[in-house]
Amino acid sequence: MTATAASELGFSRNEQVIVQSARWLEGERICFVGVGMPNIAVNLAKRTVAPDIQMVYEAGVFGAEPMRLPLSIGDPTLVTGATAVTSMFELFAYYLQAGLIDVGFLQGLEIDRYGNLNTTVIGDYARPDKRLPGSGGACEIAINARRVFVMMPRQQKRSFVEKPYFRTSPGHNPDREAERARGWLGAGPYVVITDLGEYRFDEETGEMMLVTINAGVSLDDVRENTSWEMKVADDLKESPAPTDEELRLIREELDPEGAYSR
Amino acid sequence: MSKLTTMQEAVREFVHDGDTVAIEGFTHLICFAAGHEIIRQRKKDLILARMTPDLIYDQMIGAGVAKKLVFSWLGNPGVGSLHAIRRRIEKGDPAPLEIEEYSHFGMVCRYMAGASRLPFMPIRSYYESDIPSANPRIVPIESPYGDGTVYAVPPLNPDVAIIHAQRADADGDAQIWGLLGCQKEAAFASKRVIVVVEDLVEESVVRADPNRTIIPGIKVDAVVVEPLACHPSYVQGYYDRDNRFYLDWESLSRDPDQLYAWLKDWVYDLSCHADYIEKWGQAHWDRLKPTGSAPSGTVEYGEYA
Repeated sequence: MTATAASELGFSRNEQVIVQSARWLEGERICFVGVGMPNIAVNLAKRTVAPDIQMVYEAGVFGAEPMRLPLSIGDPTLVTGATAVTSMFELFAYYLQAGLIDVGFLQGLEIDRYGNLNTTVIGDYARPDKRLPGSGGACEIAINARRVFVMMPRQQKRSFVEKPYFRTSPGHNPDREAERARGWLGAGPYVVITDLGEYRFDEETGEMMLVTINAGVSLDDVRENTSWEMKVADDLKESPAPTDEELRLIREELDPEGAYSR
Repeated sequence: MSKLTTMQEAVREFVHDGDTVAIEGFTHLICFAAGHEIIRQRKKDLILARMTPDLIYDQMIGAGVAKKLVFSWLGNPGVGSLHAIRRRIEKGDPAPLEIEEYSHFGMVCRYMAGASRLPFMPIRSYYESDIPSANPRIVPIESPYGDGTVYAVPPLNPDVAIIHAQRADADGDAQIWGLLGCQKEAAFASKRVIVVVEDLVEESVVRADPNRTIIPGIKVDAVVVEPLACHPSYVQGYYDRDNRFYLDWESLSRDPDQLYAWLKDWVYDLSCHADYIEKWGQAHWDRLKPTGSAPSGTVEYGEYA
């Protein structure tokens, strides 16, 4: 349904998610980057809306200038030509925990209405049906990055869930007083970007709300792919389509093999 | 004092059944050759610690050398899953695997506490997460200075750390560049340290650039010269990650029969890492060379006689 809609428009669902994520980085300065789609989104932003953005990788690199698409977050191309290479203690303590990171990207297999993310298990923790990677740096990014952008390239009922099997990285707290009293540097999830649209969080309730909807996607599509009743913004807008230049950059420069974007 | 030895001797002497072993290196400098030798010597009941178990621990755990895994991110970086480990966690196949799980910063701080002989390290992580309920060794504590709650993680003091470096002298003064991971912390936290290097150098080479020394020989028990020991991981400036191998592992490790066949062909049936290098063939290694040169500038330390 949605897949065909997107491809008929001349770009893939992943390309749309990458482009929209990149646009949210306009004016941002220091971004914690993950491998895969977030990496392409940040590199696209650097070539378009955020030319001065500094890319930080949890492997211990600040100000990376990769000459090829990194194969992992520890690729040697991230080191050569970087501003600084640090131990992982320094990266997590002095850069992330001390509040130097403006934006962190997270992904998850499950998300709930408050932006809590599960990357740990599907099923029981002790004997899971599916063992996922776990936190890595995600839990600390969720807490200490000034803002968190969440990429969920496949919105489905089983990824947009009422209650995740495991809360690896915390989102917003429904007890709003408790959230204000947290004292964290991080303001939590700021935007969620999916193949159906974009979501922000309501200040009053801490709950996710649809703010833009992708071309070819209906509100029924959104509801059918969410396990709870999704709130919709009064001034819901249609997401602007990727431009030819954005698609060219992705296809010719950032991911010519289409490993993450097709 | 020379601590030069072979990988066989180093593993025989310093890695014992039941030990807590940390072969560290974050994506970079992962000493696969040491893991393979541990498999060949059929060590058992090891507790394997690593931030990212990576393919090396998938191979070792698939081969049955470990009873427990301590980690913070369990995946095939940039590719997918570690299926031998997942089979043991999800199905107890062929045997259960005990796990102890942290976040990256939590694991780094465990080594930091261990290296500093501290009872714990406090960090601002784990709030409103289920990780502490899955691992009761992560404990919320109140700051004694009245500024809120932090989480304590316990020290990690491995029996043995195995650290790969670009170069060291015969005493084990080891120099690393590129991603540093948590190797310094892991080495200082460990009771015994094996350093494995691409190049053995004179002490004068180390002394000419002391800022690059990560581990001093005083912490090192054995020095093994083993070029290409990190394949399919990489060594900055020496060889690139063999990404094809990482991609192929995704399907290979899904099938226990293929996994055991791989272990037989590439580990058990070989006597040492030199055999492994020869079996791949020179053309393979030529393909993994950096595409160009990028030397550091030199700095002036000055002589102060």
